[in-house]
Amino acid sequence: MKDIREDIAWAKINQDVMKSLENPRPLYWVILFFAVLAFGIGIGCEVYQYQMGMGVANLDNPHVWGLYIATFIFWIGMSHSGTLLSAILHLMHADWRKPIYRFAEAMTTFSLMTAGLFVMVHLGRLWQFYYAVPYPNERWVWPNFQSPLLWDAMAIFTYLSSSVLFLFVGMIPDLAIARDNMQSGWRRKLYTLLALGWEGTDRQWRNFRVTYLTIACFLIPLAVSVHSIVASDFGMSQQPGWHVTSFPPYFVAGALYSGCAAIITLFIILRYVFKFEEYMTLPILKKIVRLTFAIAMVWTYLNCVEFASVWYSHDAVSKDLLIQKMTGPYAPFWWAMIFCGSIVPLIFAIKRFQTNIPVLFATSLLLNLGMWLERWMIVSPTFSHGYYPWTWDHDQWPSMIQWGIVFGSFGWFTLLFMVFCKMFPSVSMYEVKEMVYHRSLHLKQNGTVEQGVH
Amino acid sequence: MSKRHLLALYGDFDQAEAVVKELRNTKINGFDVNDDMIVKSPIEHPEVERFLGDKPVYVQWFTLVGAVLGGSLGFLGISSAQANFFMQMKGGKPIVPLPPNFVLTYELFILGGVYITVLGFLICAALPAKRSPLYNAKVSVDNIGILVKAEEGAVGILKAIFTKHKAIEIQEEAGK
Repeated sequence: MKDIREDIAWAKINQDVMKSLENPRPLYWVILFFAVLAFGIGIGCEVYQYQMGMGVANLDNPHVWGLYIATFIFWIGMSHSGTLLSAILHLMHADWRKPIYRFAEAMTTFSLMTAGLFVMVHLGRLWQFYYAVPYPNERWVWPNFQSPLLWDAMAIFTYLSSSVLFLFVGMIPDLAIARDNMQSGWRRKLYTLLALGWEGTDRQWRNFRVTYLTIACFLIPLAVSVHSIVASDFGMSQQPGWHVTSFPPYFVAGALYSGCAAIITLFIILRYVFKFEEYMTLPILKKIVRLTFAIAMVWTYLNCVEFASVWYSHDAVSKDLLIQKMTGPYAPFWWAMIFCGSIVPLIFAIKRFQTNIPVLFATSLLLNLGMWLERWMIVSPTFSHGYYPWTWDHDQWPSMIQWGIVFGSFGWFTLLFMVFCKMFPSVSMYEVKEMVYHRSLHLKQNGTVEQGVH
Repeated sequence: MSKRHLLALYGDFDQAEAVVKELRNTKINGFDVNDDMIVKSPIEHPEVERFLGDKPVYVQWFTLVGAVLGGSLGFLGISSAQANFFMQMKGGKPIVPLPPNFVLTYELFILGGVYITVLGFLICAALPAKRSPLYNAKVSVDNIGILVKAEEGAVGILKAIFTKHKAIEIQEEAGK
């Protein structure tokens, strides 16, 4: 099976993608409605927490970090898929990424924006956020540059702004196509403004190619550093269960894993909602599924490494915590994490399921659930079962306010993502044309050779 | 003397290449093939670069300057902030600790590199730009456009070359 048909007319590519900006299937509006609803619930919970104080979140000693930080890591992890598809696969000349990398890049941007919100939500006193900003002040307050938390803020800012620029630069030729195809109105004005007067001249393409490649080269180490730094937030502390050498690669693998799982979910949704069956094809889905399977196995291996290093480390408290995770009040969630993260992806190894859309959709949701549970199982059990027995608190449970804000973040992400896909081309038109062109050229050359032989 | 613009559209790259070759090999008074010709294409096409010949790209120099500036200014800024903020107790630890500052320097190195690369791209590609005198939306679909600028006397010869190579459409600047 081919990734894409070589005989698709270029005009049709423009037409199909431009149609997605105007006429999605009704399911689009249903998703948007639920996204707004979920976001509204999240906003309501945040307003309540803002007015009443952090106590309503049920965050106190020893549970100082709860679902907010777990979900923050989840969203940061989700952002790595865009870099994987856009930058890593771009450098490896894997051209099957071309029809799908745009939405993965958008995912990166919006998940980082969602993650950033959790830092604010977790702070509680939003009106005192400026205390964290480094500038000379009379309060004798100064951020500690030696703290991984500050590195994290810097890394996320760098990653977010670089991802936005990467997304924007890569979209300029498509914005010009949108400008040329859109009838008059505010959208045409918007595309005209954002296309920056792009006309596809040889000078523009030459500089574009180098720029895109250069930013891709920057994004790869940046993405690795972002999640390594997030891992350092934990790994550099002395808390039991966190002080593990393999944490940075474990976090990076987890990030790529959850990102890939989310790509499968959104691939299936976009393919149906925007009628992209010709571009988001089953062979491409199969490739993502195989990639996800490989990353799932890496993640499983790193989990084993983590457990083994705790088990054989002679660190009694860490070992006790590991046993507590397996058998204590968090045990159902911990085992659910193992099941969803390590057992469920084995479905991807069965060939006939690699292109079965209902199975893949359900599996990808389970994988994401597993990856969210993973982050929760990193954060909360450590606080509930620390060094000293008199600090143990196994019964505290996140309040509905915490759950509401976490739920709301999914609505916020979905809202941003779906609005983006309706406003901007979510399939890269010029790159799909390139893909079609090169494949048809290759076919023609092979045909010529064969004719010559016979 | 004022110059006139002509835009010829072609359906495939081979035809466009043949036109460029002929324009190169024909001596036309009032038309300089290096300065007065722009090729427009709907995709980033290696063939276009091949038949136009190697042209320098300077974006990477912006990248180098941006990354070096980002990293060095970042390190300097963080270190001078730490050195000047004597209220914070160090407990015998170095005032400017190198390993943690390296992490932030690394991030700022990338930040500077990315920002200045994008700035370099805008400068080198001359963006944002006004629309050129002749623009056809078919270039963003599937046509290759050859835009030339020539003195009045050369227009006839150019048109003849475009027509000879079966241009789909030839546009002339309106009002001239």
